[in-house]
Amino acid sequence: MVLLTDLTIAEARDGLARKDFSSKELTEAHIRAIESARAFNAYVLETPDRAIEDAVASDKRRAKGEIGALDGIPIAVKDIFCTKGIRTTACSKILAEFVPPYESFVTQKLRQSGTVLLGKTNLDEFAMGSSNETSAFGPVLNPWKSSIDTAKLVPGGSSGGSACAVAAGLCLGATGTDTGGSIRQPAAFCGIVGMKPTYGRCSRWGIVAFASSLDQAGPMTRTVQDSAIMLSAMAGFDHNDSTSSRQIVPNFESSFEKSIKGVRIGIPDEYRVEGIDPEINELWETGIQWLKQQGAEICSISLSQTQNALPAYYIIAPAEASSNLSRYDGMRYGSRVSDVSLTKTYSKTRGGGFGPEVVRRILVGTYVLSAGYYDAYYLKAQKIRRLISEEFNNAFSDVDAILVPTSPTPAFAKGEKENDLIAMYLNDVLTVPASLAGLPAISVPAGLSKSGLPLGLQLITRSFDEETLFRVAQSIENSAGWHHRPSKFMF
Amino acid sequence: MLVDKSTVLHIANLAKIEVPDGDLENLASELSHILGWVEQLNEVNTDDVIPMCSGVASMQLRLRQDKISEENQQSDVLSNAPDSRDGFFAVPKVLE
Repeated sequence: MVLLTDLTIAEARDGLARKDFSSKELTEAHIRAIESARAFNAYVLETPDRAIEDAVASDKRRAKGEIGALDGIPIAVKDIFCTKGIRTTACSKILAEFVPPYESFVTQKLRQSGTVLLGKTNLDEFAMGSSNETSAFGPVLNPWKSSIDTAKLVPGGSSGGSACAVAAGLCLGATGTDTGGSIRQPAAFCGIVGMKPTYGRCSRWGIVAFASSLDQAGPMTRTVQDSAIMLSAMAGFDHNDSTSSRQIVPNFESSFEKSIKGVRIGIPDEYRVEGIDPEINELWETGIQWLKQQGAEICSISLSQTQNALPAYYIIAPAEASSNLSRYDGMRYGSRVSDVSLTKTYSKTRGGGFGPEVVRRILVGTYVLSAGYYDAYYLKAQKIRRLISEEFNNAFSDVDAILVPTSPTPAFAKGEKENDLIAMYLNDVLTVPASLAGLPAISVPAGLSKSGLPLGLQLITRSFDEETLFRVAQSIENSAGWHHRPSKFMF
Repeated sequence: MLVDKSTVLHIANLAKIEVPDGDLENLASELSHILGWVEQLNEVNTDDVIPMCSGVASMQLRLRQDKISEENQQSDVLSNAPDSRDGFFAVPKVLE
């Protein structure tokens, strides 16, 4: 018998429909799995009572025949989505005790579709990081281990807790947020599917803000089909988010009905960046061959601004962060460290509440926005952003999707890049360009390295063409025959 | 170095973040490193390029009517306040 925690969302949905098991049984299996895997530190808050309550309510709805698209499915939520009455910290000390009096739009939609909330997952503080090592709750462990090295590996970041939970069978799916790669890179590191929708597809209402012109919520799942199912439940117009899109949300699960025959796939040479692992380049070649065999047309394209995306991102994102995080002043919510004057209270509160990476990014952002530097840094970066976006648009007049790797390396060891900022930032080099252009992108697990670690391939499509994205992604998934899971004996 | 200790102190003051004296040197070096790295952008010609400041290039922001959508939320609004009195946020004295 298959373990309930090994099911995909689609399988669990069918099993629930057939009454093979109840949502309560499915949920209890996950609660037990979470309890036995606390060493990963994937969850910063477990909500077993709420989960059982949700599951029982779902089973009741099912008995009455009134079910939603994800009814009874146990999921995890990144601890950056506000959940009403449930502590939400963004894994920062400054929000350590914050209990939102309201629910984020995306988690509200997931609740309405019938999901069961298992708990809140770990992340880099305010989603600033690529290894989940900047969390105030401590790092998350990758459930995968190298076959040639005993070092403990990072799960990637910032959605490291969600990626770990999905990979280790501690939920059937999880929400993530992606600003420069925070869904896709941890998905690649943990051997799961991570999807960043078009900017505006999912409402940002109730998501703790990092860089508002880049932040986007998306699903993290074990299969491409599950990703499509979950996005259908998360996306939609919200009048509370001024950048929310009114585009109609299709049933993304129907994306798979057509084949990829005749789909034009662009391969940009500029993504062969320095420092990329040769095994990842090989896998990229293999991916090209897979798509060709399935009838896609492969076209060489040029994206000459690729190398400028990362430095532009590390101006724009900190600039927006410095502005967004000015709200943490210890007056209306969050912790306060009192001192002799208001100004001193502000600086003590913020100095004590933010971790080192967050302070660094706020300072960089404040610097590039300050008088005399604004034009040279911030405005310059925004102009580069326009060039990057236009170059993608040009490419998409010729091709339907772009295939590139997700990250330059597989998961690295804990502590390995802590003292080398730029090396840490380089993790995002292949994910940031699509972020700056606001395009949908997905990471699909496509192979294992020689040391037995998962490697991901990334697809990018036109804005609001998630259907092509899912269709080509599933084709990669089928060709790869991905069935690998981290060994149960690893924890 | 692009950024020295006094500049870090100045920015930290603008950002209202207390930075211990012992961290200034390290931060100056890290910030210089980051800002030096992004200088490669100066080599790109961006004359006549319009800056892009929205999530997708074609995006236009909507306007909505400025009206109250939810009333009587005082206890919710104050529920996370570090200090509140008589239905108000209580803050340190601003004027002596």
